[in-house]
Amino acid sequence: MKLITKLWIGIAVLIVLSPLGLILPEHFKAGSAWGEWSSDEMQKLVGYIPQGLKKLSSLWSAPIPDYAFKGWEEKGLPHLSFAYVMSAVIGIVIAVVVVLIIGKILIKKGK
Amino acid sequence: MHIPDGYLGPATCGVFYAVMLPIWTAASRIVKKTLKARQVPLLAIGAAFSFVIMMFNVPIPAGTTGHAVGGVLAAILLGPWAASIAITVALVIQALLFGDGGITAIGANCFNMAFVLPFAGYYIYKAISYNAPIDSNRRVIAAGAAGYIALNIAALLTGIEFGLQPLFHHTANGQALYCPYGLNVAVPAMLGEHLLIFGWVEAIVTALVIKYLQKQSPELLKEGEVA
Repeated sequence: MKLITKLWIGIAVLIVLSPLGLILPEHFKAGSAWGEWSSDEMQKLVGYIPQGLKKLSSLWSAPIPDYAFKGWEEKGLPHLSFAYVMSAVIGIVIAVVVVLIIGKILIKKGK
Repeated sequence: MHIPDGYLGPATCGVFYAVMLPIWTAASRIVKKTLKARQVPLLAIGAAFSFVIMMFNVPIPAGTTGHAVGGVLAAILLGPWAASIAITVALVIQALLFGDGGITAIGANCFNMAFVLPFAGYYIYKAISYNAPIDSNRRVIAAGAAGYIALNIAALLTGIEFGLQPLFHHTANGQALYCPYGLNVAVPAMLGEHLLIFGWVEAIVTALVIKYLQKQSPELLKEGEVA
């Protein structure tokens, strides 16, 4: 088997295992990453929502926020895990296409 | 380590975009000269690896979460400039599509994770693995140390960027406008958790893959030597 095929299998395994990044923090009752709190969490932490943060935090509305499909937030871990895996697939397919396009633009064949 | 929208003031966001523009330009120019067409698939894997490894949030029980970036590996195999492009692609997709990291903070997040991290990791690996045979254990240790130190440098910078905000921006009555925590809180928090836990994740994944490649594809490591 070619090395590149083996590496892609490795990536596929990581994609399948990725919900661990969702389930383990939930299991160990770990909160958000430091400095990545929502407005509500910020209110609890410091007693107010900084005004600039309030304005900027809603600047961008991502199509798949936090690797979860919209409206699935309350559906429980199995659904969220599925959305997490799908997000990894979508993100990686786009990343690969973008890198291949960049490669095509920058690098001439036969080099 | 993905700074969201609203945590950095406009000046900080602008400065980091301004810093990253010439870096991205230089990266394209240098990669155009040095990267071979047959290395492009590996660059795509580098971006994919970085993307997925960042989704593995590691919990600190009853505390916060964090993750590796997976960018030191790409830097070792393809050179820091190519790695910079791969990680940038992953970070931009995470910000735009998944709201992981703010769009105003893409400059800062890319500076930390897609510029400083691969460059620090690359040169630390080079220094420690200097003159080591391709199959030596020193290379595995070098890869681990590079992963650990580079992720922590990136975390330190992120902490400084967070911590400077209350100095730059606050209302007349002292309320912060953006990140409310100063250097005295942000730097120990960011650096501490990465020194304790998340840095080891970057160290282990980087070292393991290098160990694997020593057996599977030593020529790939040899190629990295001239990248």
